[in-house]
Amino acid sequence: MRGQKEIKCVVWDLDNTLWDGVLLEGDDVRLKPGVIDVVKTLDQRGILHSIASKNFYDDAIKKLREFKIDDFFLFPEISWNAKSQSIAAILENLNIGMDSFIFIDDEPFERDEVKSEHPDVWCIDALKYLELPSYPRLNPRFVTEDSKKRRLMYLQDQQRKQDEKNYKGPRKEFLASLDIHLSIHEAVKEDLKRAEELTVRTNQLNATGKTFSYDELKKYMTSKRYRLIVCELNNRYGSYGNIGLALVEVLKEYYHINLLLMSCRVMSMGVGTILLTHIMQEAGKDSKKVKADFRHTGRNRMMYVTFKFAGFREVITDGNGTIVMENDLDTIQEFPPHIAITIQ
Amino acid sequence: MNINESVRNFIESNLIAFDDDFTIDDDDNIFESGFVDSSVAMQLVVFVEGEFNIQVTDEDLDLVNFSTINRLVQFINKKNNN
Repeated sequence: MRGQKEIKCVVWDLDNTLWDGVLLEGDDVRLKPGVIDVVKTLDQRGILHSIASKNFYDDAIKKLREFKIDDFFLFPEISWNAKSQSIAAILENLNIGMDSFIFIDDEPFERDEVKSEHPDVWCIDALKYLELPSYPRLNPRFVTEDSKKRRLMYLQDQQRKQDEKNYKGPRKEFLASLDIHLSIHEAVKEDLKRAEELTVRTNQLNATGKTFSYDELKKYMTSKRYRLIVCELNNRYGSYGNIGLALVEVLKEYYHINLLLMSCRVMSMGVGTILLTHIMQEAGKDSKKVKADFRHTGRNRMMYVTFKFAGFREVITDGNGTIVMENDLDTIQEFPPHIAITIQ
Repeated sequence: MNINESVRNFIESNLIAFDDDFTIDDDDNIFESGFVDSSVAMQLVVFVEGEFNIQVTDEDLDLVNFSTINRLVQFINKKNNN
């Protein structure tokens, strides 16, 4: 249901929203009282900030630098485009869903324009900026180490994309130069908060769309019948923390994957296939086959493709849209050469 | 550019295990010769849909249709004729 989704990004207008005054009219603009605290508080909770403003890019960025807050805003859209377009561009860059955006602007016209193009974006009046931290949708249940680092990780990713664009050699060489290291291990207690956060935050790369609470995950972690597997990714830009999760039920003849998900931040790194390979190898060692639950959520097609191209085929479709897939382990794709993998 | 060239172009520039001077035969299994990860696989599907204006259904998403250049070309032709 709309209104329930956690907000992942606040998109700010600038004139008379983030600051008082209109930059283009030569006003001596001043930040709204307390607005920095709002930005910082949300940033600490792992909520990202961006900008959709009609201004000259260089002027606005210069002003943000003067206020020493430019680093807080990812992929700012400062141009003369419709704000709905700006938000679409931010969405593309951050790779998150429309329903996880909040847009704050003083102009009713701008809010309506965004609303008409993107009905799932929550638009609010700039008058309410001080209330932002108190909204339930901006209060994630857990604030983990990963959430605090989130903005930094996006900045690193931005740098990586830039480097990739500028890299002249073969793609293989570029990927090797990233020093990607993936560590796969059975979950321990310290992983659980982040694991819950992953199930709540991940939509596109969640095979069933299911979410699990901390307590449920803890139960699975300690149960002999289940294996809860997490993976952590590092590369030369830094650590991405725990970015993948799988819940596997160990049955007599099968490993049954109840849950498989990856953070969108590592979408381009092919972690899904690697985690599947790992689970298939483990099942093979146990002389078992692999089954997996899948449910179309309208947004997780990439996970479906991952399963199908890893050799899974649909065996059961229940009336409710849940599919069970099976893999005979005839062929297991090897780990890619450009990623160092540690299994603990 | 014909379908074969267009598919080949995409594969040679996107599959990660290929060097710049790598060449691929029409019947080489791209899932064996180059590493196709989940991200590249998805890009391939989106490319086929966008470039040739076809809808790839769940049933179509099978290695049989996607594993070689020839199979991809056959698949695209089949979809376009329907």
